[in-house]
Amino acid sequence: MEAVADTKAGGSWILFGTIFVSMVLAIVSLPEFVPDELGYLRPEWVPLVLIYWIIALPQRIGIVAAWMVGLMMDVLMGSLLGQHAIAYILMAYVTYSLYQRLRMFAIWQQSLVVFAIVGLNQLINFWIENIAGVADWTLWYLLPSLMSALVWPWVFLLLRFLRRTFHVT
Amino acid sequence: MLGLAAVSLVLTAVDHFSGLLEEVRAGLSVVATPVVMVADLPSRSARGIGDVLSSRDSMRSRISELESELLMLRARTEKMAALTSENNRLRDLLGSAAKLQDNVIVAELVGVDPDPDRHEVIIDKGTRDGVFVGQPLLDAQGLMGQVIATSRYNARVLLISDHTHSVPVQVARSNLRLIAQGTGATNRLRLMHVQNTADIRVGDLLISSGLGGRFPVGYPVGVVERVEHKSDRPFAIVEAMPSALLDRSRHVLLVFTEERRLAGRRGEGSDGSGG
Repeated sequence: MEAVADTKAGGSWILFGTIFVSMVLAIVSLPEFVPDELGYLRPEWVPLVLIYWIIALPQRIGIVAAWMVGLMMDVLMGSLLGQHAIAYILMAYVTYSLYQRLRMFAIWQQSLVVFAIVGLNQLINFWIENIAGVADWTLWYLLPSLMSALVWPWVFLLLRFLRRTFHVT
Repeated sequence: MLGLAAVSLVLTAVDHFSGLLEEVRAGLSVVATPVVMVADLPSRSARGIGDVLSSRDSMRSRISELESELLMLRARTEKMAALTSENNRLRDLLGSAAKLQDNVIVAELVGVDPDPDRHEVIIDKGTRDGVFVGQPLLDAQGLMGQVIATSRYNARVLLISDHTHSVPVQVARSNLRLIAQGTGATNRLRLMHVQNTADIRVGDLLISSGLGGRFPVGYPVGVVERVEHKSDRPFAIVEAMPSALLDRSRHVLLVFTEERRLAGRRGEGSDGSGG
């Protein structure tokens, strides 16, 4: 009984830790010599980590967790409160309804789905910013989802390694 | 799920149309502070390593360099103090309310908005230090921007180069009043609605005009870099280079103008926001 409790606690720690790291990666500033435009190449780390945990542990990380993470991201990014929250809820919903199929997919197939899901996330963020009048559409908006799809295999392998090593269930 | 989505939508709408959520945001910001701090670690430690690795000699020469610069600046400040008091006396004689007496506190950048479309930075001073929404921010060279959100330990600053930001300026040479709008590029401001016949040239210094009551009067904003007259356009195309090192300054100054400081003191305990 006690062992079970232990792994549970350790598991929460891993979940919290990976999401924390993804938030840091999302806002960490690039060195000064890097041109600003390269900022568009930043993958959407937080959605990637959320997607992984929803696929792996849908009973623990779901829509509510995504919503809370989204609110934190709104504060960190200085966007309208609720903007990332909505995007993450929808993203979590889509992932949640697909998780059984996604588990069967090969990693490159998952990458394609990740491209679509993160693209949806970008689109919702853009819609809200556009309605609020702070953004104009450029194709640059889709670049982060492409980058996310490209780094997905590594994120997936790393998180699966962490999950198996620390027995996160 | 629909419930949460609805809550978020309402939140977004309320946040967009009113300032009611500033307290909620400030509260959540406190929770988010660790993330900001960890995200700042790489650049902070890079500077730390640079300090450790620099040799004794170079440190020494740097110290003497800084000392001589300090001496020069001190001399200049003394002169400034004399001039300021004389200026205030003269303004008193004229019965003018504008006084050249601004207080500043030094803040440090701890974060830059990762979205290249927004020019926002995060500084390490918050409501605890009396920072309020709308407060102007300077660096050693000129006007940088204004505070748009505060929490207890941090504040978010919109830079003058953001494409949603405009600042009222005047040409120092001819006193022509204009609006300088950000363009989304850190090295360019666009001057709006400049008559083709307006007295403005390349090299003119733009200073803040203080109209609108948000920015203090007389701080350098930029230098005109391009003036182009086109016969098929109603206005001239005028662009300026910001004086402040918007993408390089790490130490910045928060300005407390006289009325603001008093207002801030009165509003202490609340978030001290000013219109």
